Amino acid sequence: MPGLGASFGRGAATTFQEDLQNSDCILIMGSNMAEAHPVGFRFPLKARERGAKLIHVDPRFTRTSAMCNLYVPIRAGTDIAFLGGLINYVIQNDRWFREYVLAYTNAATLISDEFVDADELGGVFSGYHADKRQYEPERKRWNYKGEPTNVPATETPPEIKNESWSEKAGFIENPEPPSDPTLQNPKCVFQTVKRHFARYTPEMVASICGCRPDDIIRVAEALCENSGRERTSAIVYAVGWTQHTTGVQMIRAAGILQLLLGNIGRPGGGIMAMRGHASIQGSTDIPTLYNLLPGYIPQPSALRNHNTLEDYLEQERVDNGYWSNFPKFLVSLLKAWYGDAATKKNEWGFKWLPRIDKDYSQLPHFIRMAEGKVKGLFLFGQNPAGGAPNAGLNRAALRKLDWLVVRDWFEIESACFWYKGPERPDPKAIKTEIFFMPAAAAAEKDGCFTNTQRLLQWHDKAVDPPDNCRSDTWFVYHLGKKVKALYADSKAERDQGLLNLTWDYERDAQEILPDGRPSRIHDEPDIERILKEINGYTVEDRRQVSDFKNLKVDGSTACGCWIYCGVFPEEDRNRARSRQRDPNNYTSPDWGFSWPHNRRMMYNRASADPQGKPWSERKKYIWWDEEQKKWTGLDDPDFDPEKPPDYQPKKNATGMDALAGDCPFIMKPDGKGWLYAPAGTVDGPLPTHYEPFESPIPNLLYDQRENPVATHREHSLNPLAAPMDPNYPIVATTHRLTEHYLSGPMSRFNSWLNELQPEMFVEISPALAEAYGIEHGGWMVVETPRAAIETRAMVTNRIKELNVNGRLLHQIGIPFHWGYAGETVGGIANDLASIVLEPNVSIHEAKAFACRVRAGRLQEVHADRPLKPAPWPTRERAPQTPPSNQPEGQFGRGSV
Amino acid sequence: MRNSSKSKNGAKSSITSERSSKLRSVAHQPFSPRSIEKASRIRDAVAVTSVCPYCAVGCSQLVHVKGGRIINIEGNPESPINEGTLCPKGANTFQLTVNPHRITKVLYRAPYSSQWEERPLDWAMDRIAQRVKETRDADFIDERDGTILNHVTTMACLGGATMDNEENYLIKKFFGGGLGLVAIENQARI
Amino acid sequence: MLENLARVWERPEPPQQQEEMGFFTDTTLCIGCKACEVACKQWNQLPADGFHWTGNSYDNTTMLSDTTWRHVAFIEQLGHEVKRDRWLMMSDVCKHCVQAPCQEACPTGSIIYNEFGNVYVQQDICNGCGYCVAACPFGVLDRNEADGCAHKCTLCYDRQKDGLKPACAKACPTESIKFGPITKLHQIARERVEQLHERGENGAYLYGADAAGEYSALNSFFLLLDKPSVYNLPEAPRRPAARMKTNYLVSFATAVGLAVVSACFFGRRE
Repeated sequence: MPGLGASFGRGAATTFQEDLQNSDCILIMGSNMAEAHPVGFRFPLKARERGAKLIHVDPRFTRTSAMCNLYVPIRAGTDIAFLGGLINYVIQNDRWFREYVLAYTNAATLISDEFVDADELGGVFSGYHADKRQYEPERKRWNYKGEPTNVPATETPPEIKNESWSEKAGFIENPEPPSDPTLQNPKCVFQTVKRHFARYTPEMVASICGCRPDDIIRVAEALCENSGRERTSAIVYAVGWTQHTTGVQMIRAAGILQLLLGNIGRPGGGIMAMRGHASIQGSTDIPTLYNLLPGYIPQPSALRNHNTLEDYLEQERVDNGYWSNFPKFLVSLLKAWYGDAATKKNEWGFKWLPRIDKDYSQLPHFIRMAEGKVKGLFLFGQNPAGGAPNAGLNRAALRKLDWLVVRDWFEIESACFWYKGPERPDPKAIKTEIFFMPAAAAAEKDGCFTNTQRLLQWHDKAVDPPDNCRSDTWFVYHLGKKVKALYADSKAERDQGLLNLTWDYERDAQEILPDGRPSRIHDEPDIERILKEINGYTVEDRRQVSDFKNLKVDGSTACGCWIYCGVFPEEDRNRARSRQRDPNNYTSPDWGFSWPHNRRMMYNRASADPQGKPWSERKKYIWWDEEQKKWTGLDDPDFDPEKPPDYQPKKNATGMDALAGDCPFIMKPDGKGWLYAPAGTVDGPLPTHYEPFESPIPNLLYDQRENPVATHREHSLNPLAAPMDPNYPIVATTHRLTEHYLSGPMSRFNSWLNELQPEMFVEISPALAEAYGIEHGGWMVVETPRAAIETRAMVTNRIKELNVNGRLLHQIGIPFHWGYAGETVGGIANDLASIVLEPNVSIHEAKAFACRVRAGRLQEVHADRPLKPAPWPTRERAPQTPPSNQPEGQFGRGSV
Repeated sequence: MRNSSKSKNGAKSSITSERSSKLRSVAHQPFSPRSIEKASRIRDAVAVTSVCPYCAVGCSQLVHVKGGRIINIEGNPESPINEGTLCPKGANTFQLTVNPHRITKVLYRAPYSSQWEERPLDWAMDRIAQRVKETRDADFIDERDGTILNHVTTMACLGGATMDNEENYLIKKFFGGGLGLVAIENQARI
Repeated sequence: MLENLARVWERPEPPQQQEEMGFFTDTTLCIGCKACEVACKQWNQLPADGFHWTGNSYDNTTMLSDTTWRHVAFIEQLGHEVKRDRWLMMSDVCKHCVQAPCQEACPTGSIIYNEFGNVYVQQDICNGCGYCVAACPFGVLDRNEADGCAHKCTLCYDRQKDGLKPACAKACPTESIKFGPITKLHQIARERVEQLHERGENGAYLYGADAAGEYSALNSFFLLLDKPSVYNLPEAPRRPAARMKTNYLVSFATAVGLAVVSACFFGRRE
């Protein structure tokens, strides 16, 4: 999540869900929290019951809107305009938190004279090359004043995503760049931000978003009234912000707003990113992502000078702030992976790491797959045949594979694409060799998830998985052993990394299940051994490392993911497994383990004023204890615990010593929250409203219509509607329902969930229904240049037609849960979406695209038969339980 | 039925409730033996601490095991996040786990075949290992113009956001650090 | 078999009387997530009712039945006709009436008030006559085709026996479904109504907290924001037994009248 990284330093939610109950106002935008995260929504609701104001800004009136004090409908994809309107209101009306902004943000910092704002260049920033649809490296054009502009030749080319912290942090060499504390200098960040957003007036924003000017003022007032010393406001978002070609900048805009209002690092404040999968944060921290190594270390690249470790460290080095430690983390990672074979002489095995040379993220690589350039694929609990944007292209790609391994629980779309699906495939024409390897459920294996607030929680294995079902750890571990054995005799250099890979997770003794029974599976790896390696240990005597500050650059420590260091600090202490709730401290520090360093709220130094005192009694969190000479409070301080607030760095100090005692954003080389991001986002230092790629509306603010550096991937199966194409006049957005999960693998095989939402439907307004002769409950067809799907019509006043710049605009909401596998089947929303890529993270734009609708059904009705519903209950009696205690409902089978 | 917050005929209703409560008392009720013996089925079960596998809220769950089988899954009241509660999907975790639709045998589909075949687990593991080696040996690139690549791009690995940290770690370590795959991706961008 | 037969004649010692327990469902906190529906099905191992999309907002289970013991109703009140856009949601359940018509109608003694004051259908007694189905003014009870017996919410009798919260109340993420001693729930509910009135929610009121008209109080009562009928609840539920005295008198008078008339008639012929 570079939107957060560029603003604050780390790409993760700044706060934790429980803290939302302390908010005085919560803006939920780009999130349908009550429906997608009902249990997390407890906390906003608690805040509401304590008198907080809840605001929902969303294209659809949802179950979230129903619970909020204020709902504002907007056109999908115009969130930057709306947030820009809020930022402009806060600045124009002088409602920003002056002391916080002056002390903790880069408001006063002067920007390089080379920088020219999008304001003056028709919507693009200085350094834009229209022919290549690229900016010059940001270091050159957008940096602070006085920073060197001679950019190294090996600057990461824009097609490589730079989510790593070092890149975000790395560009600033001077920890105290020139500044103007009076904020009057026109080149200072504050004045630049003010000018940039000046055109986002309530009237202009209203005509873009399709709301009323008054709506913007009401939301802005609610936030202003509830921010400051005594009060705090929080912002909650989810994929309603990320799935856009401007997604990262939407989050940036929220970051700017929260910094101006002084809401970051404070109780009841922050930006809460609500993520969608049980361990999606974990799979970003320990990245199954192409461009990162564990702990946000950049994957070595052939496009930068990364041939040797020395080159790599020279390229990626950061002098100031916490990231200056990263060579220790990389060497410790290499020691964890390559063990004794990693020596100082061979640069700890650095050369064995694969180099990236282009964008290998999912969607571009699936286009390559569709072109026949990929032979083999492993799928671990992911369902691209129904869940990826332009799912039809994804299915075509799967049909081009030589071999495919599917690890899942059910026969999902991605497992049966060779004989099912809207294309009516002919198995005899599909060469793919497929292995369906049944997986264990969470309750059938040990391991830990990292939730949306960076909290690691261990789940114990309760029972053995049935038959051939195995944990993914089992699968990868034993596959690793088998492949290593196949290469055992190789002397080839290319195989040495594999052969030297440490790969020993055997159990010491037979596994005993919690009920005392021995496990039927004798070769399940020891999962805690893996977590111990992730945590880190000393190489010499193999003792657990308790803190990442103890990791070494000399090869004496090994650590699989430095930000998780501390989760297993002693031989028998698995903190992810710790389940102690503290009744007197709502941060409950002994419930699981929260990275970094078991910190629940990041940047919490900002909860105290520059002198180290709480901003107010009501918003007390972390403060400087003058007697004990340390930071103390409810949470682990996100700061050097003994650095006093008045600490001033000596000249030429480096690393953490270069940051003063009032710099809460320690991952940043200047220790400040970035209103203006001189680095970290490839599409500009400030958020700028661009229209979605497929939009029926022109850009009312700038000449530049769409994000100038976002890309559309050309492919015959991925056509786009032309800008403002009158054939596609309706705005579509996809969404979740509480009752289903993602593309359905975990919900459409479950009768208890299917009966709650048994059929695909699309939500449309009565006005749209009337205009197209569509009946409530009847059939309708939704069509984009990629595909057409048929669906039931839900005509509801919850969807409103909008007045966008004097034009009546219709929006529709499309749930994305259906496909052709499972007990209920239906049109695939993702078949409609296109593959256009946000420039920072290669995410697509399923939350705003253009479509057309008509009443009726598709001519060629595709009808894959649903799976026969499983008889339920199974009528298996609970074992060792007398008849009186058997479930009351087990009297017969239902009508399904 | 519509009551104001203060009952107007409070006195009267308390008399009726007194009389009715006498009639409703256990002494007047024909309890069946089964009703008397009734207790929850989790009374003697082992409660195993777990985490909900659906979204990222991170609700703690209790998995009740008896006789080697999962008999119930519900929220863990101790959790500061969910305090025992769950959403409909979380409440469905039992049906997700103990589900007749689950495939429990290795299924194999040969090229151009129109059916699945059951295969032994070990056979499939060996076959996959061979296919991995074939593909890697054919397409591994050591370097290009003196720049180290050390990678193979014709094999990819997708998924991880629904899985444990330990599982993701082994994938990144083995497929990336061992085999040289670069196209390792998950749902985080989707 | 014989053992079971013998048990029919047993009159075992009843369990000890406990404090009356019930539900207070506060619809102003309901987010319509249906966790209660699934938690109920899971705990009781109830089957799904079938997959029928209704188009009636997000309500596809439509009503309480033999296999759906919690049901979430959705009422969309949006558009030009309303002052403020609302989407009302309410988790419906057996009302566990203090004087329950189903219990009064049950000829077998299957339906009892258990030690927690909850209306409970004893499955080992029920003979499937269905009188209770007709007697319930809320349409809660239903007979199952497979076993012929009547089924409804047990207020998780089995869980209460072990001091556990009913599955729905436990799962409810927003405390819309509250479970506890009735006296305490009444207090919470009344305070809640006052609080809502203070906040300007003047339409908030309790449904079933007290007896009204011929109907007793409900041990499962609700806080509503609109008329009961909006939630598909009867404005004034009827209890057949409440009219029995009058009905008997009328029948008796009729009988006497008829007797007199026929006596006269026959008398005259003689």
